[in-house]
Order: sequence, then structure tokens, then C-alpha cells
Amino acid sequence: MELNAHNFKENAAKALEDKDLQESLAKLGTGFPLKRLAAAARLPEFEALRDQARDIKDHSLRHLDFYLEKFESRVVESGGCVHWARDINDGREIVYDICKSVGAKTVTKGKSMIGEEMAINEYLEEKGLIPIETDLGEYIIQLRHEPPSHIIAPAIHLRKSHVEEAFRETHTDLPVDRNLDAPEDLLKEARAMLRKRFIDADVGITGANFMVAETGSTVIVTNEGNGDLTQTLPRVHIVLCSIEKVVPTLEDCTTLLRVLARSATGQEQSVYTTFSTGGRHEDDPDGPDQFHVVILDNGRSRMLGHETHDMLRCIRCSACINHCPVYQSVGGHAYGSIYPGPMGSVLTPALYGLDQSCDLPNASTMCGKCEEVCPVRIPLPKMLRSWRQKQWEDGPVPLMQRFGMSAWAFWAVRPKGYHFFAKIKMRIMGLLGRKNGHFKSLPLTKAWTKSRDFPAPEGKTFQQLWSEKGGRRS
Amino acid sequence: MSSRDYIMGRIRWSLGRGSLERDDDSQLEERLAHPKSNLIPARGQGDAKAQRSLFVKMAKEVNATVSRLKAFDNVPRAVAKYLKEQDLDDKVRVAPHPHLKDLDWSKLDVSFGFTLGDDETSVVMAYGAAAETGSLALLSGPESPTSLNFLPDNHIVVLNAADLVGDYETIYARMRRDSNQSDFMPRAMNWVSGPSRTADIEQTLLLGAHGPRKLHILLVEEDG
Amino acid sequence: MSGKEKNVGLFVTCLVDLFRPSVAFAAVKLMSEAGCSICVPERQTCCGQPAFNSGDMDDSRAMAKMVIEEFEHFDYVVAPSGSCAAMIVKHYAELFEDDPDWQKRAIDLSHKTYELLTFLSDILGVKKVDAVLNSKVTYHDSCSGLRELGIKSQPRNLLHAVEGVEIVEGEKAERCCGFGGTFCLKYSDISTRITDDKCDDIVKTGADLVLGGDLGCLMNIAGRMTRRGETVEVRHIAEVLAGMTDDLAPISQGGK
Repeated sequence: MELNAHNFKENAAKALEDKDLQESLAKLGTGFPLKRLAAAARLPEFEALRDQARDIKDHSLRHLDFYLEKFESRVVESGGCVHWARDINDGREIVYDICKSVGAKTVTKGKSMIGEEMAINEYLEEKGLIPIETDLGEYIIQLRHEPPSHIIAPAIHLRKSHVEEAFRETHTDLPVDRNLDAPEDLLKEARAMLRKRFIDADVGITGANFMVAETGSTVIVTNEGNGDLTQTLPRVHIVLCSIEKVVPTLEDCTTLLRVLARSATGQEQSVYTTFSTGGRHEDDPDGPDQFHVVILDNGRSRMLGHETHDMLRCIRCSACINHCPVYQSVGGHAYGSIYPGPMGSVLTPALYGLDQSCDLPNASTMCGKCEEVCPVRIPLPKMLRSWRQKQWEDGPVPLMQRFGMSAWAFWAVRPKGYHFFAKIKMRIMGLLGRKNGHFKSLPLTKAWTKSRDFPAPEGKTFQQLWSEKGGRRS
Repeated sequence: MSSRDYIMGRIRWSLGRGSLERDDDSQLEERLAHPKSNLIPARGQGDAKAQRSLFVKMAKEVNATVSRLKAFDNVPRAVAKYLKEQDLDDKVRVAPHPHLKDLDWSKLDVSFGFTLGDDETSVVMAYGAAAETGSLALLSGPESPTSLNFLPDNHIVVLNAADLVGDYETIYARMRRDSNQSDFMPRAMNWVSGPSRTADIEQTLLLGAHGPRKLHILLVEEDG
Repeated sequence: MSGKEKNVGLFVTCLVDLFRPSVAFAAVKLMSEAGCSICVPERQTCCGQPAFNSGDMDDSRAMAKMVIEEFEHFDYVVAPSGSCAAMIVKHYAELFEDDPDWQKRAIDLSHKTYELLTFLSDILGVKKVDAVLNSKVTYHDSCSGLRELGIKSQPRNLLHAVEGVEIVEGEKAERCCGFGGTFCLKYSDISTRITDDKCDDIVKTGADLVLGGDLGCLMNIAGRMTRRGETVEVRHIAEVLAGMTDDLAPISQGGK
């Protein structure tokens, strides 16, 4: 998708007024977090597993070249193909070339954030192919021509009525008077429509949560089973993944899986966890003839060893998103990037450039909830701060903010002058504010007083009072 | 320069080194050649009896149903009973697994092989299962077509209690042992925990999204 | 100062100094009663957190150096704020990655710096307080204190010691109040939305009074509460523990 992060403020303002969205977000805010809490509480080893999960990803990243090469040779040994894509253009062309080589017309797609990053659907459509999203949420937003608003629940911003509207507009062969009131009716219709698509598709594209170097396997986790139908039924299976997804062994992958679903949806395990290794064997009754893995870099190799290195540990569970008070207030579309929330605010500037996304690292209260719930313990607030530092050093900070902060800093290291002015100002404010205890408005504080009263000071500063009392100074 | 070389070059440059030193390399090779388990939750580490009851509990929690049988010979009868209870047709597509093929299916309309999507009910044999999360391990191969795990509405899985273990790692160890080769992975390994579901419409949990609406497990305990 | 007394440097914090000096006096009273001698260096203003979170590392460093110089000779340094204490404890060392000498001084200071409630509870072992308040109160866990310093049980334990206090927990006691330092100015509308959630949660508890340990959060919550016309009172917990509520109006409310 096209990045729309520079409109964060406008997008957010709209989101705050959107009643449907606010209703969905209210449900999200209590749903996933409570389930995660229960799942974590049930597993005494959960915190220790998080430590190991972090260490496994750290180890893998430190030896990324080794494990990627191993993975590649294992895939080839098991009869598959590995393709390397420097950027999204490379990736799109590779996917299209594979489709073209088998004369594909329709392509089914399981959920893939790398697919979103590549905007692969739009590209294949331009080339005359028909790509069909099969994850229910992705299918719904594909019909509505909008980007996902959440990395694991892409249609979380929508109400039932939006889904009904999209289905009625698209599934025009079906009787107009059919009943689509209940979520069950909608699911039944989507299931029937997509069933045909699964069976007719020439190529199936899925993402990968992990790549296992030991075996050359790619791993997906789903609850619907769409990913498995996508990769089992067509002649060709293409896996879209990125360089940081490789882990050494099945055991390492298992440790990560133990924290993934619990952190994401609070499930003990996703319904389907599938390891795909190569194409159909000679005596296999089903499965794809061809198995292709497209490994995307798109700026990730630049993150290694630098400020946002730790972000490459991310396993895309969405815990940081689900728990973020800012995401819970404005939803995913406000961020204008396929990666919303705290993880997105760190990743988007790295992938698309800080100048394109300068609001994102700032749009955080730094409350630290994201780091608290991250299964691989990414210090997200620290990474956000490192982007802020870059902005401060490289210039794109609004002049008033820069001026305000510098003025504060100037006086803060000149305590004598600071205390002198503070004494005068607080005295006046204290006298004016005494009756009500607050101000409805004050010069230069509109951003605060628009929605909040400004508490009045007591009057004298502590430093002043302490001196008056003759309190100990040394 | 190929994209591969470009990416590898960037990775090494960012990590501040050239190709790996030999020592390091051999340690990493060793890690891959002899994989070690990380922390395994204690939950699944009880005796066989405890593992079985944990498995049943966890599978039921994720909306699977479980029947416990005393012998393999009882499988066709248990399938027939389940179909009747669920008011389903007695036409069943069965995986061509030796354990299943040899059974007396005469009471049901049975055929063997993969499915193209026109079968309502499938019966497959699990390679094993992990008690810790009530998850079944299903491996693709001539005896177990993957399509049977996803296309039919009703998925019946036969699990030999002897193949039920505490955790995933034990299953991987067994796969490595059984094959004794580096290419021990089947084309598809499916861990299945409950029937298909979605919460994509207003975060309402609905069963049977694209895969099976129902998952019924027949746990065969021939040791009593 | 007698030999047995702990020599404590009070880091007043800028907001307490300017807006709510009573909180610092409450801190002085509580610590003095528990056997500390309190010193307040005049050469102190701000811990540097606003600059740090804005990415302005040079200014943060300048402020950090001033704090280190003024406070490193005390036995303990105490601040009536989780976020300022966390700035010193968790982040000063980060500022001096390229300067080992200053980094060592920053680390040394971090080892003896405490947030007030933790200091009272964990270091001084305060179990009793001389305060009475017949009130139903709820506690807001400020983010930095909670997540960076692990402040959770200490304020509650101390509150239990106040005669007449009934504590009710908010479902979202640990959720951010929306303040976020400069965040509430830069993204005022989003901040207000988050603050409203917090106010709703507090109102839902049926408490007469919400307490916290960070004046920034409390001014934010109180400013929104009075604007909404809510009657819930907002105070720093030290005011309650020191028995100062009779003579001091709640934050953002007039009258006393």
C-alpha cells in the first residue's frame, strides 16, 4: 500500500470521531489483552520462555547469513526454490514471473504482511491475474479496497453491517433477499464463495511466521485453515517472507510458537500450525508440485547492527498493538502504514524513511505497556526514542517545539534565574487561580486547556518556601 | 551482483564482519546437526495417564470432541456412532493408512484416498499428539493426504494413545529417529488444535471458517 | 544531623516545586519521621526527562550532569515521582554511553536513587503513618513508576496504614492516563481520549478520591475531571500519608 503516515494527525482526528471504529476498538481493548493475561497466568514458564524466545531471535540475527544460507540449501535439497528480493519491486517481479511460468490465471492468498508490504495483489491485478485473499478479514478488506488496520485482525475496524454491504455488492449472483443478519450467515456465504476459489486456483501464496534453517521448512499459523487450503490445493505454492524470520531448529521454532499465540490472541496454540518443506513428493497423493520461497530484504539488512536492530526480533504477534492506548484510541488506519501501533511506529520509519513518517515515533505516551507484553522483549519505547533523537538531530522537528524545549533546557541548567522567574510566575498564577483551583484557559496552553482545566499552583514554589523556613541546603 | 549476494553482503557489512570464522561456523553446524530442546513446560511431563487426561482436557477446551476407545477394531463403530449422533451421512473418506485400511468398515459407505472437496467427512490417522496444548500432529504422505485435514466439514482423527506424548519436542525427536536422515520432514506437517475458526467479524468467535467445522478425536488406548 | 540519620537529598521535581510544594513538604515529613535528615540543594530544576523523550540528548545530558553533581554525595536521593526517579535510575547511564567517567557517576547515582513510596516502604520499612482519612480511594499506577521501577504494592501497603481509608481498584489502574509529557500537547485529542478512558474507569470504581505518585499524571487527570464536572478528587498520595488533606485543596479544585 501507499504510505499515508504523514497524515497521521488528520487520520487520527477522523478516527476519534468514527463511532463504528470506536466501538470496535473498545472491544479490542478488553478482548485480546485479557485473553493474553489469562494464557500467560496459566503457564508458569511463560516469562522464562519469553527470555529464551528473545535469545533465540538474537542468536539467529547475529548469525543471519549462516542460517539463511543453510535454510536455502535445505529448501533446494527438498526440491524447492529460493528467490532473493532486495526490495518490493524485486519481490513482485519474482512472484509474477513464477505465476507467468505456469500460465496462472487465479491466485489464492493466505494472510501475509510481506504480501502487504509488496502490495502484491495490486501488482498481480495490474498484470491481469486475479488474486483472491482467503483469510476472512483480508477477503473483506480486499472487497472494500482498503488496507488492513491490524496485523493479525485486518478487518477489526469494521462492523457487521460493513461486511454485509461488501458481500451484497460483490456476490451479485446470490439472491438479493437472502438473510445476512448474523455473523454466521456472513461466514457461511464467504466460506461457500471461497471454497470454489481454493479449488480453482493455479497458484497459492502464503506468508511465513518462521523459516527453519535445520529443515528448510516455512511455518504458518492460522485459525481458519485458509492458509493450508491455499498451499495444498494449487499446483504452485509461493511463500513470501523476509530475512529476519529464520530460526535455527524445530526446537527453537517451538519455543517461539509457545509465546506467539499466547501473546497474540491468548490462545494456547493457533488451530493450525503448518510446516511446509519442499513440494509434493513422488508418492504424495496431494500437495503443490512447486514450492518457492521469496525472501525479501527491503531495508532490513540495514537495520541489523544499528539502533533498530532489536526490532528484527519481532514475531508479529500484535501484543504491542493490542495493548497500546494510542492504537486503542485511533485504530490502525490512522498510522497510514500496514504496520500500525508501537511495532509499526518503529518499523515504518526504518522501511519507508523517517521523513515520510515523522509523526509515528512521537505518537506514543511512552507508557511502556508495549515492552511489557512483547514476547521477545523488544525495548519499543527505547527504539521510538531513538527515532525521536534522529529527528532532533537531523532537523524535522517543528520550530515551536524545538524552541520550547531549548528554552526549557536553557533555564533548567541555570537554577538561579529559573527559580527567580518561577517564583514570580507561580505567585501570580497562584493568586489568580486560588478561587477555582484551576484555569479554563491560559495564554499559550491551548493544547492543554482545549479539553482540560489547568490546575493552579499553590502560589509559592517549594524552593522559595524551603528557603523561608531555613531548611537544610547542604 | 545477484540479489542474493547483495543481501548477504549487506547483512555481513551491517554485522561488521566478513564470512563467519571457522570456529563459530562449526558451533553453528553442531547446533543444527544435534538440536537441543529449550525450556519445555512442565505441564505435559506427567505419566501416560496424566498426559492422556491433559490431552483430552486441552483438546476439548478448543472445541474438539474426544472418544476414548479400548481397541482399534472399535474405530469403525465409533465413527458410525459419531455420524449418527451428529446426524451426518454415513459416507466417509478414509486415509489409506494401513491401520485404518485393515479395519472392518462394512457398516459404512467408505472410500480411501485424498479429497477434491466433495467429501463431507474424513477419517485420518495421527502421527502423534502433544498433550500440552491438545494438539494433533498430522504428517503428509501416501498414507495421509493433507486435503483430508482441511476440505471436509467433519474431521475425524484416530490417535493411538501410545503416540501421545507430553510436548512437541518429543514428536520431532521421534520423526528424526524414524527417518534417520536429514530430510525427515514430510512435505506438510500439520499441528491441529481444534476445528477451524475465525473472529474476523466483530471479534465474534465462529467455528468452521474454511477448514473443518468439527474435529472429533478417537483416542485408542489398547493398553487399557 | 545525628550519625544514625540517613542523609537524604530531596529531588523536588519541577512540577512539585512549581505547582504543588505541599507534596515535597509531605515527603520531608514522612522521611524525617522515619529517621532521615533531608537536604534540598538549591541547584536543581528538572531531571531532563522532557528533553530525553524529545530526542534532545545534548540538553538531557547537561541536565543530568547538574543532577549528578548536586546529588552524588548523599546517602540516598529521593524524588516524589516515579518518572523522574526512573529517569535517573534507568536512563542517566544511557546518556553517557560514550563517556565512561560520567557513566560511572550516573550508575553510582542510580544505585541510591529512589521514588518516595518505594523508599519509605522498601528502604525505611515504614509500616505506620500518622494519618486519618475517611474516604474511598482508588490508586492510579503511573507508567514509569510501575513498569520501570516496579512500584505497585508499596503505595497500597502504605495506604492501608491510613485510618479510615477504603481502597477500591480500578479495572484499568495500570493503563496510561494519556499524559505522556509533551505527548498531551502534541497530540492533544488522542491524549484526551485516553484520559477520558482513565476518568471513566476511576468514576466507575465509585471512589471519592484518586491518588497517584506522579504529579504530571495527576494534573492531567484532575484537569480533565474538573472540566468534565466530576466530583472525584485528585491528590498525590504523599499528601494523604502525611495527613495534609484538611488544609490543602485537591488538585485543580479550589476552596481550601
